[in-house]
Amino acid sequence: MSGFALPLLRLTASQYQRVVGHCYHGLPDEACGLLVGPVAGGEATGAVSGVYPARNADASSRTYTVDGKDFLRASREAEARGHEIVGVWHSHTHTDAYPSPTDVRQAVDPMWVYVIVSLRDEAPTLRAFRIRDGAIAECQVVLEAG
Amino acid sequence: MAVEIRLPTLLRPHADGAPSVTAEGDTVGAVFSDLTERFPGLSGQLVDAGGALHKFVNVYLNDDDIRYLDALDTKVDEGDVVSILPAVAGG
Ligand SMILES: [Zn+2]
Repeated sequence: MSGFALPLLRLTASQYQRVVGHCYHGLPDEACGLLVGPVAGGEATGAVSGVYPARNADASSRTYTVDGKDFLRASREAEARGHEIVGVWHSHTHTDAYPSPTDVRQAVDPMWVYVIVSLRDEAPTLRAFRIRDGAIAECQVVLEAG
Repeated sequence: MAVEIRLPTLLRPHADGAPSVTAEGDTVGAVFSDLTERFPGLSGQLVDAGGALHKFVNVYLNDDDIRYLDALDTKVDEGDVVSILPAVAGG
């Protein structure tokens, strides 16, 4: 792997609750949303200043598409803070918290962090990844107070 | 007609890193032609080979998705803001 440093994704407890809560709320469909945070040297730093639930325009249990209007709204809020959209999260209702071939094929931005929440088991599993040139690398996730 | 075009992080490297640029034209399509003339790296990113809006981007004129207006023929006014957003999807 040509060394790109992986960000350490840092979520506050309330951000984590908001992400996971939105995923449960979306059942039986997949749910999705965006992460906003600072960018340094063209890379997401792993810091998250806001999590933005979005509508799944597909309204599907197998696929998701972030509603364009919700993306626009999140990007304006990001801009107001001097931040950027730095990632997307979505749920897997019946599979692992690991990028599917579709997730890899459709990954948008190589600097983003891709968060996947699996709701398959009784307790949710949240994992984060970099997807770059078709390669998946897992980012560590740290939950902070707040 | 001069409008502001807001670029997603992904496309900024093709526009000297700028988050937004100004371009001229009477329609979204004309504005995109002006833009890609100045930043050739953006050609093929906005409009597909058939001349339609690329399916991997969503384009908003102020608050409205141009697919629900007149797509690339949508008229623009001085001071409008055109936001180019990536279409984010997966499975
Ligand atoms: Zn997925």
